[in-house]
Amino acid sequence: MSIVVVEDVRKRFGANEVLKGVSLDVDRGQVVALLGRSGSGKSTLLRCLNGLEVIDGGRIEIAGHAMDYHPGKLRELRMDVGMVFQSFNLFPHLSVAENIMLAPGIVKGSTKRDNRALAEKVLDRIGLLDKIDAYPDSLSGGQQQRVAIARSMAMQPKVMLFDEVTSALDPELTEEVLAVIEDLATDGMTMLLVTHEMGFARRVANTVVFMHEGKVWESGDAAALFQGARTPELRQFLGSTLK
Amino acid sequence: MIRPFGVDEILFLLQSAGWTLVLTLAASLLGGALGLAIALARVADNPVARELARGYIAVLQGVPVLMVLFLSYYGLSHAGIELPPIVAASLSLSIYASAYLGDIWRGAIQSVPRQQWEASASLALSRAQQYRYVILPQSVKIALPPTVGFLVQLVKNTSIVSIVSVVELTRAGQLVNNVTFQPFKVFVTVALIYFAICYPLSRVSRRLEGSFSVHRSG
Amino acid sequence: MAFELQFAPVLADAPVLLEGFWLTVKLSFSAICLGAGIGLSAAMARSMLAARHRWPIDLYVELIRNTPFLVQLYIIFFGLPSLGIRVSAESAGLLAMTINLGAYTTEIFRAGIDSIHRSQIEAGLSLALTRRQVFQYVILKPAVSRVWPSLVSQFILIMLTSSVCSFISVEELSGAAALIQSETYRSFEVYLLVSLLYLLLALAFKAGLTALGRLLFATKAPAAGPAAQVVPPVAGGQP
Repeated sequence: MSIVVVEDVRKRFGANEVLKGVSLDVDRGQVVALLGRSGSGKSTLLRCLNGLEVIDGGRIEIAGHAMDYHPGKLRELRMDVGMVFQSFNLFPHLSVAENIMLAPGIVKGSTKRDNRALAEKVLDRIGLLDKIDAYPDSLSGGQQQRVAIARSMAMQPKVMLFDEVTSALDPELTEEVLAVIEDLATDGMTMLLVTHEMGFARRVANTVVFMHEGKVWESGDAAALFQGARTPELRQFLGSTLK
Repeated sequence: MIRPFGVDEILFLLQSAGWTLVLTLAASLLGGALGLAIALARVADNPVARELARGYIAVLQGVPVLMVLFLSYYGLSHAGIELPPIVAASLSLSIYASAYLGDIWRGAIQSVPRQQWEASASLALSRAQQYRYVILPQSVKIALPPTVGFLVQLVKNTSIVSIVSVVELTRAGQLVNNVTFQPFKVFVTVALIYFAICYPLSRVSRRLEGSFSVHRSG
Repeated sequence: MAFELQFAPVLADAPVLLEGFWLTVKLSFSAICLGAGIGLSAAMARSMLAARHRWPIDLYVELIRNTPFLVQLYIIFFGLPSLGIRVSAESAGLLAMTINLGAYTTEIFRAGIDSIHRSQIEAGLSLALTRRQVFQYVILKPAVSRVWPSLVSQFILIMLTSSVCSFISVEELSGAAALIQSETYRSFEVYLLVSLLYLLLALAFKAGLTALGRLLFATKAPAAGPAAQVVPPVAGGQP
């Protein structure tokens, strides 16, 4: 049973139709790299999956929730679907611990003590336990992004969405973030990653979805596609992004 | 004898609004000239000039306009100088305006990037030339929105001089109210006339501001 | 004619001055608490309303900001009784100051709220927070900390504006001055002294409120910093 079902989704911004009928299925535990040029619609698709963008046509079902834009339903969906952003978006006025504990506390109503324990657990997992009471502005970009991932993990989602999470980082800082994501993958988290990092996509993804001009152009097993793309567009894309 | 609040009364109000505009104009011109001097002093090399200007601005921004009015009005008469109320009022408003405009323009001058100073100095321009050809033209653009915004404040503050019997719009309102006994109608009309003057100015200021929205993200 | 100043007769009436001073402080304090409360509520409500439903709040703000405080005061003190509502001078003064400050603070808070980047809101929503929770936990504190200097300026301004209440015979500091002046005829001396008192009060407000700001928005987490200060378009001068 697929944990993410996207059926003929359409999305336009003004006169510009960005998603022209996108369909894809993701099974539990799959790690999907969403690739494509700028403007291919990959980030838009990702943002549709947790309701940040409203689709104009088609159907989305994710983590057992049918996409429903009523605020209550959307929140329920977001408790099971986590999102990590390119610009980390940590709350600058809260410490690392407070960032992580905020949502579990006020959305799920867990106690402060449980939350603190949870925060310690996820921070320990990503190797930043010593920064637990630090503030975002004292952390490097890579550290902030890892905290952002931990913040999302603290809600114990069933699916995690990553929107170009290393694009805003200096090259030497991307490795630590990718290591965390890799770790999540081996633990069986279902993930969709929009990424430019071909090397990373090869390393961690077991599925590749290549988007071109608002549609899913090619998709399939990652290893196979990286060896030999079937369509010229993907071949060209991979060729131009080879390091 | 109670008069109804009719066209004659409204015309009288509009006429007095003319004096409001006269006061505003006088205060902006005089206050502007003085304010420019204050602004330049505030950014001068000479520390004495800087501190004096800073003190001037701080004091005038820390007292009510009413006090500025009374101090100049009674100060002058204490010194034996008798001026017609409207002249005294204009002078007071000019002093008040000079402090705020000086502060606004100081801010604008300081907002011109330091590279502009460096570049013009490297071209061997004198200080005065730097100001005249490079710095002030650029600071005008920055200063425009808050200056227009301040004009709105100035128009509103002319209402204060009604206390020294200058018949500007607010005083006219009081006079009309005294013969018509319709305070609500009268003063709402007065308010609407002020609104008609100030709102367009506010809009202009906001539109000018749009070019420099100070939006920073977290 | 000699320019001699005689402060003695004025100082003899010091108790009146002090009472006036105290009333100014009380009026300002109340107006600040109530007015800022109105401003924050209105700005918060406005941020949650659809664009087409915002006009009543915008109308309130524009009407107040584009008309003189004195006229607003007259409408309340002289106008309301003609509609059957009687108010004391002091109440009229407080009401006018509150309504006035409410409009200005609505605008200031609005600018602060708008300055919070959309990505912060998206992050909050993605964590399944409600819109209200996003406002309370993500937007509120950074927004207010960014506009705190503007708020402080506006609070000082309303304190100075309280002087206009003397026009309807409220015996705050300026009213007390008028009283003393009419008895002693030492107009210049009275107003010099009173101006000094206002200046001191303004400085005290500034120091106190700035310290309060530091207390509330301690720089352990700078929402301030190079990215900081939002200055909403309120130019100087008293309303």
